[in-house]
Amino acid sequence: MTAEAAGPLLEVEGVSVRFGALLALSGVSLNVQRGEILAIIGPNGAGKTTLLNVISGFYHPYEGRILFEGRDRTRLSPPDVAELGVARTFQNVALFKGMSVLDNLMTGRLLKMGGHFLLDAIWWGPARRQELANRAFVERVIDFLEIQSIRKTPAGKLPYGLQKRVELGRALAAEPKLLLLDEPMAGMNVEEKEDMSRFILDVNGEFGTTIALIEHDMGVVMDISDRVAVLDYGRKIADGPPEHVRKDAAVLDAYLGAGHD
Amino acid sequence: MTEILYGVFVGPFRDMAGSPAFLVEVLLGGVATGLMYSLVALGFVLIFKASGVFNFAQGVMVLFAALTLVGLMERGVPVAVALVMTMAVMVGLAFLIERVVLRPLVNQEAIILFMATIGLNFFLEGFGEMVWGANVKKLDVGIPDRSFIVAGVQINQLEMSAAATAAVLVAILAVFFQRTRIGRALRAVADDHEAALSIGIPLKTIWLIVWSVAGLVAIVAGIMWGAKSGVQFSLSLVALKALPVLILGGFTSVPGAIVGGLIVGVGEKLGEVYWGPLVGGAIENWFAYVIALVFLLFRPQGLFGERIIERV
Repeated sequence: MTAEAAGPLLEVEGVSVRFGALLALSGVSLNVQRGEILAIIGPNGAGKTTLLNVISGFYHPYEGRILFEGRDRTRLSPPDVAELGVARTFQNVALFKGMSVLDNLMTGRLLKMGGHFLLDAIWWGPARRQELANRAFVERVIDFLEIQSIRKTPAGKLPYGLQKRVELGRALAAEPKLLLLDEPMAGMNVEEKEDMSRFILDVNGEFGTTIALIEHDMGVVMDISDRVAVLDYGRKIADGPPEHVRKDAAVLDAYLGAGHD
Repeated sequence: MTEILYGVFVGPFRDMAGSPAFLVEVLLGGVATGLMYSLVALGFVLIFKASGVFNFAQGVMVLFAALTLVGLMERGVPVAVALVMTMAVMVGLAFLIERVVLRPLVNQEAIILFMATIGLNFFLEGFGEMVWGANVKKLDVGIPDRSFIVAGVQINQLEMSAAATAAVLVAILAVFFQRTRIGRALRAVADDHEAALSIGIPLKTIWLIVWSVAGLVAIVAGIMWGAKSGVQFSLSLVALKALPVLILGGFTSVPGAIVGGLIVGVGEKLGEVYWGPLVGGAIENWFAYVIALVFLLFRPQGLFGERIIERV
């Protein structure tokens, strides 16, 4: 970590999000420290995905602030957030289904391929060299995720578990500072979950990428995360190391229903 | 009975063999018409590829571009200046469409965006008529409309210019889509808006670019059609012929639009000239739709379209 790496990577300060009469998030504050794996958990409808959407710019809060590397970026649009170095995956897999796995991963590099869009179309030589350099990086991601054999397959034809892996690959291709994963293991079998857990730990360990993820499988959450934040009814009810959170009374209430009929 | 069979299977081919020069003329005429269909179809493909929107208003955009050009020239603006001004108008139109129509409808169903373009269609038609008037106008941008004879075959200079223009345009667009970073970004946007946003593709810029390019293609198509048959409101009906072309070539394929246009153009000309007399003519009017129907039944993605993959 460099000298500028003081302070949290991401700070969410008192963020509230409202959909009509529904208060999806109310006054949520949360930090993501550099280099950690943070898990965000909570019962269905607790506002986890909403929080991720606010961080990545798809929703804007009506109160509160979001700071990335110490700078206020509460009202940025999703492409601008991506440009800051935030990559994400979606709960329901949002791949470019008609494109090959390789092309999907290459789209993740779009922001790294600098220069102007139109100039790019005309400046033949430089554009080509750039393409090759970025292709090399994407090949590394492909090796890392062990998806060599499917690189030419259209993404839409892959089984669900592999699609999730490719989506992770597209996010990794962008070399993000912050990686947001929305239920990376939903709908996977045990073996696929183990693979995915290993990839997440390796991304964090080898590249030092900071990761915030939403997950339902408590076993996985307790195994891979450095810290766990718990949401319930749009509020944060607990935040701390996994072993701490699993004994927290408020968390047990939320999950076992003692507090809510 | 034998007469009919003879008329269908033997007569036309004997006629073709009997006068090869005439056959070549018919073929060239078909190619020229076909390329003009292709030009209109290209506009559709560009927008569909990049935004998944089926732009019903493409035909009217062709008309609107031609009307603007003629209107400006009628008011004494020199051709070159009028052309630049028309380009500016089409880019401005793209900008407005993105702002007023597309942006508020981000992430809506394709059918809703389609309906929006139908609205756009009627608006542009009415607006064009209001500003430039409804009478038929003659468009003359200085492309000579002469015919000359090469080896016994009559060749029309205007048609050949149109063909050459279309060819150049297609070459440029093909490179643009297949070989550049922006091409990949365009395809990504077509596939999934949300995902495209999340990897940093600015949707607004992409839409502005494709609608502008489609507007510029509309100008070229408008000039060619206008020079051939005058600028009039029936010009927007050409768009209907572009539909079978799209079904034939595939909605997402630039080469498909060209090949589809050629097949329709040549097919309907041959049908009209050689088989037309059998049924009292007018084959030209329905031939394209019959081909489209056959394709819909047996190969719905067209000749070059991407296969529709959907997991349930």
